[in-house]
Formats: sequence, C-alpha cells, structure tokens
Amino acid sequence: MLKKERRRYLALEIDSEETFSSKELMNALWSAVLKLYGEYGASKTGLALIDYNGEKRFAVIRVVHIAVENVRAAIASITKIAEKPTAIHVLNVSGTIKSLYKKLKQ
Amino acid sequence: MKRIYADLHLCPNLNNERQTARMIRKAAALGYRLIAIPVPLSLTEKKVRWLRNLCEEVGIEFASRIDLKPRTPRELIVNLRRLRRRFEIIAVLCETKQVARQAAKDRRVDLLNFPAINFRRRFFDKAEAELASSGLTAFEIDVKPLIMFEGAARVRLMSNLRKEVAIAQKFRVPTIVSSGVSDELHMRKPRELAALASLFDLKETAALEAVSKNPVAIVKRNREKLSPRFVAPGIRVIRRGKDC
Repeated sequence: MLKKERRRYLALEIDSEETFSSKELMNALWSAVLKLYGEYGASKTGLALIDYNGEKRFAVIRVVHIAVENVRAAIASITKIAEKPTAIHVLNVSGTIKSLYKKLKQ
Repeated sequence: MKRIYADLHLCPNLNNERQTARMIRKAAALGYRLIAIPVPLSLTEKKVRWLRNLCEEVGIEFASRIDLKPRTPRELIVNLRRLRRRFEIIAVLCETKQVARQAAKDRRVDLLNFPAINFRRRFFDKAEAELASSGLTAFEIDVKPLIMFEGAARVRLMSNLRKEVAIAQKFRVPTIVSSGVSDELHMRKPRELAALASLFDLKETAALEAVSKNPVAIVKRNREKLSPRFVAPGIRVIRRGKDC
C-alpha cells in the first residue's frame, strides 16, 4: 500500500536590503536545489511556496520530510536572488502550518 | 542539554570596526555562543580587548586564533614556540606536504586547514590522518568555498571533502566545520552549516558535533592549558601556600 507522504513546513527569513517577488524567490530556491541535487534530486523534494510576504521578507515553503536537510543545504548555498546579494535563513521547521506559526509566535 | 554552537573561523576585516561589530552581533543572532576570529600579530592588545568586550556585550564567548602559513616545518616549529601561549587556537594552513605532516604530529597545533582552490595541495590523506589522530589535531573545513564556488569547482571540492571526511572518521580525527566568511551575508546558522556538511557525507549527528562539541572541546582544553593553574594534563594547582 502506498504510504502517505509526510510533509514539513519551513519558515524562511530573507536577509537582504532589497525586496523580491515570490517568483524571484522560488527561482532562486529551485535553482539552488537543481545545482546541488540535479533534476532527479529536485523532483524528490516536493518544494512548494505556501506563503510569502515580500515586505516582511518572510516566506513559508513546503517540502517532503526526507528532503528537509537537502533543502536546508540548498537554501544555505543561496548567495543571490535576482543578482542581488542575499542570504536566506531557516527560522523554524514544523509538521503543520498551524504549529509552524505557533512556534514562530513563541 | 542545549548544544553550544561555535564558529571557529569568522574573518571580519578587523580594520573596519563597524563591519566587525555587525558580524559579531549577527553571529550572536544566528545562535552561536562561541566564536574565534583570526588575529594578526600586528593587532594591538587594546583591539583584542575591544573584540572580547564586544563579544561579552552580545553574550558570546570570544577565542583568539592565529592562522599560521609556514613555508617550512622549521618555520612552523619556531612560530609555535613563540605563539602557543599567546593564542587560544592555532590553525595551520598547510601549503606543502612537509608542513602538513609536521603540523599533524605537533600537539601544539589545533586545526589543520587546506587550500580550497588548489586541489593538489590538499594533503589530508591516511598518513596525515594517522599523525593527526595521535597528535590531537583536528581537521577544519571552511564552508565558504562551498557557498561561493559553482559548477565543476564545487563538484571537485565536494568530492575531495567526501574522501577526506571519510579518512578523518576512520582515524577518529575530529572534524570541525567553520564558516571562514568575511561578509555578513555569507554567515549561516549552525544548523545550516551542518546541513551543508551533508554535501560531503557527514551524518547529521557528526555534522552537529562538528559545529558544537568538537570546537568547544578544543577551546576548553586550550583554556585549561593556558590557565596559570595548569601543570600537566589532569594535574592542576588547587592551592598555593606554606601549608601545602
């Protein structure tokens, strides 16, 4: 029987003086994952954008639970978004969106 | 117990006080509790005190570090004799095989570092690891080149690091993952450094130890040795006086 895919939600903080569109952020994330793990590896991450606030420089992404560390490494390798110097840090990881926001509030 | 995270290779431009202060504050914000900054010999005692005070202000510990880049084993020995008691951490950037071998077997050396760009000068092989394991020297990996390089250069670096880490683990040489960055935007959280270590097949537990337990143990050991109470490993002066 097929097992249900377990997911993890990652809260991200974008460390930059510039603001970016959600498309630019996702392009940077996909590009970093593709560079490190290739198309096969990237297909296993289940990466998706859940929430994005450009002004607050905050995003929530979803990944498959077995790919959390890979995505974390890919995120750490990002130095630029849309050719502008940037760093992205993982604030928190959680199993549900509700608990992620709860953890962030604490 | 909560882990104490350490970055033993933070390289701010010490001539730029504002940037240095920003990097130290950021290290604290990212979750580090101990940082080491390479201090050039020309740096005044006043400036080192300033660094120490700044770290104390933001709630992190500061360890003084010197990066030696000797050309011959003889030069390394002379430098070690002169500097060992002045710095809490001594790292050696090994650019020749002879220097690498001498640094690995010398108990006064804490960290072995190898050039990231020149792959022919990465001398961390089995013989080096065997010497390092008996000499209590640790193998340091900077993640800066992993972040900065792209394409073939990064692929080659990861491949080399994978082999070196496997050798280090076989010979029980402690591995230390440091940032090696000189720019705030290249600084990463300890867990992110550990995640980057998975690129060279360091398991999660070992990677977390490489940014917490291993570096902290080196600083603790050296501080004990540098303390005036230290006599020999395991022997300390407890009390001085006529009745002793």
